[in-house]
Amino acid sequence: MIEVNGLYKSYGTNMAVKNVSFTINKGEIVGFLGPNGAGKSTIMNILTGYISLSRGRVQIDGFDILESPENAKKRIGYLPEIPPLYVEMTVREYLIFIYDLKKVKFPKEPHIEEVMSLVGLLDVSSRLIKNLSKGYRQRVGLAAALIGNPDVIILDEPTVGLDPKQIIEIRNLISRLGENHTIILSSHILSEIQAVCDRVIIINKGEIVADDLLDNLSSNLSKNSKLSLKVKGDAEKIFQSLSDIEQAEEISVSATEQDGIFEFIIKPQENCDITEIVSKTVTENGGIILSYLTDNATLEQIFLRLTTEQIEEQFDEMEEEENETVEETETLEEAEEEKEDNNESDI
Amino acid sequence: MKAIFKREFKAYFTSPIGYVILAVYFFFLGLLFSVSYAYGDSDITSVIGGVTLLSAFAIPILTMRLISEDKKNKTDQALITAPVKISGIVLGKFFAAFLVFAICFAPTVIFRAIIGAYVDIGITSYLYALFGMLLLGAALISIGMFISSLTESPVIAAILSIAVNMVVVYMSSFAQMAKNSFLSGLFESMAFIDRYQNFTENIFSVPDVVYFVTIAAAFIFLTVRSLEKKRWS
Repeated sequence: MIEVNGLYKSYGTNMAVKNVSFTINKGEIVGFLGPNGAGKSTIMNILTGYISLSRGRVQIDGFDILESPENAKKRIGYLPEIPPLYVEMTVREYLIFIYDLKKVKFPKEPHIEEVMSLVGLLDVSSRLIKNLSKGYRQRVGLAAALIGNPDVIILDEPTVGLDPKQIIEIRNLISRLGENHTIILSSHILSEIQAVCDRVIIINKGEIVADDLLDNLSSNLSKNSKLSLKVKGDAEKIFQSLSDIEQAEEISVSATEQDGIFEFIIKPQENCDITEIVSKTVTENGGIILSYLTDNATLEQIFLRLTTEQIEEQFDEMEEEENETVEETETLEEAEEEKEDNNESDI
Repeated sequence: MKAIFKREFKAYFTSPIGYVILAVYFFFLGLLFSVSYAYGDSDITSVIGGVTLLSAFAIPILTMRLISEDKKNKTDQALITAPVKISGIVLGKFFAAFLVFAICFAPTVIFRAIIGAYVDIGITSYLYALFGMLLLGAALISIGMFISSLTESPVIAAILSIAVNMVVVYMSSFAQMAKNSFLSGLFESMAFIDRYQNFTENIFSVPDVVYFVTIAAAFIFLTVRSLEKKRWS
């Protein structure tokens, strides 16, 4: 449905997008993830024909965005970061304008009515857009993107500025739309991508640093993630025999607050699953495993690992900075944990 | 193009701008007509020509926000990502402003009817004068629209357009200052006011029509390029 090959975009000497290529098939919901200023919006603006590309090729359903822009644009509904609204119009007037602008073929009134009920705008249809709250304006922007029922829907940070209830509503709507549309969604909120997308493209400094299914990404990384287990028993003996395991790269042990209970943290070699052998070794040495935690990578961690790895490459010699990013990683992880807790309590 | 034309035209009347401009034109045209009527002048071309200076000021008010406001509010994203050509967007906006300008001269139809009731004069002098004024307006609107595409601020667009209009309309005044005969000739032949003068003398002057149409087309083209350039930079 969407094919991007070797896309470059430069603003003067500043390269905003570097060699970006990806293909998105019909019916996929893809998340663009990246820190602020990573180039997400630039790529979306190029896909929708708002700005042009410096080099490369973009095709929407086989139509080149430069060679046959009208055919390509006809297939796209776009909600930019700031919804492009004429605030002196009422919601209905604006949607009628967009309908006329897109030269939609569906019967006018029923189609606009349908889109408004889909995004929950029927109550405010005759109000001026300038009197609407941020959340409702966002919905008007989303409604405008849905007018004409385009195959591809591109949403740039669709839930920014919405309250938690609205966020859940919009996410549900996106999931529902995903059943028969191709959707690209950008966000720097990771839980959002996790909630609605099947596949994620992580962008940093204008380059793709990861492009994979969400499940693959987290399982790939969890293969290398540490095991943490609480064990009751003879710490020294268990430590010795654990050290004999070839695949275990690093082992540390520390005493816990409770007497006779120790915490082992084991880092396996790359792409090794050592859970089985570890539990066997511990029990063979008379230890009792009280808890067993695999550090299953969240999207947050994947994201930070991928984006900070790049930074580390660039500033290899600047160790101080590395320490800072590690600290950041920790605080962000804590923040994410808190957020997850909150989400759970919300639900 | 049609959707944009409709929206822009409506936008003039959802804000006071459209009403204010119409009121100002109606007032001055009415004033000029009542004065010429009081003097028993049957020539209403002077009434139409009398608002040339007003147009140099009023047209920038009509055109100032045509494109600059879209850029400022990012509403150009809705227009450019829609399946329409950029030339369609620009033409839609141009014709919306042009229609408002044309409506400003609606009272002259009544004035002509009143004169016609007393004196039997040909309709052509009135039609030529009106046609000439609309052509002059079209040229000024396209210039104003182009200037509006260069900035995000409607106020700057208006001020710049007024300055440019004063130059292009009254360029012949510079002709007297220029010592060089070639330059003064050039200024005289380019001044909008002199070009318009021919229409008031009951002449359908093809070179003047071509001149105004060319200017309007050139600045519409430049506006399209200016929007395209933004996409490429």
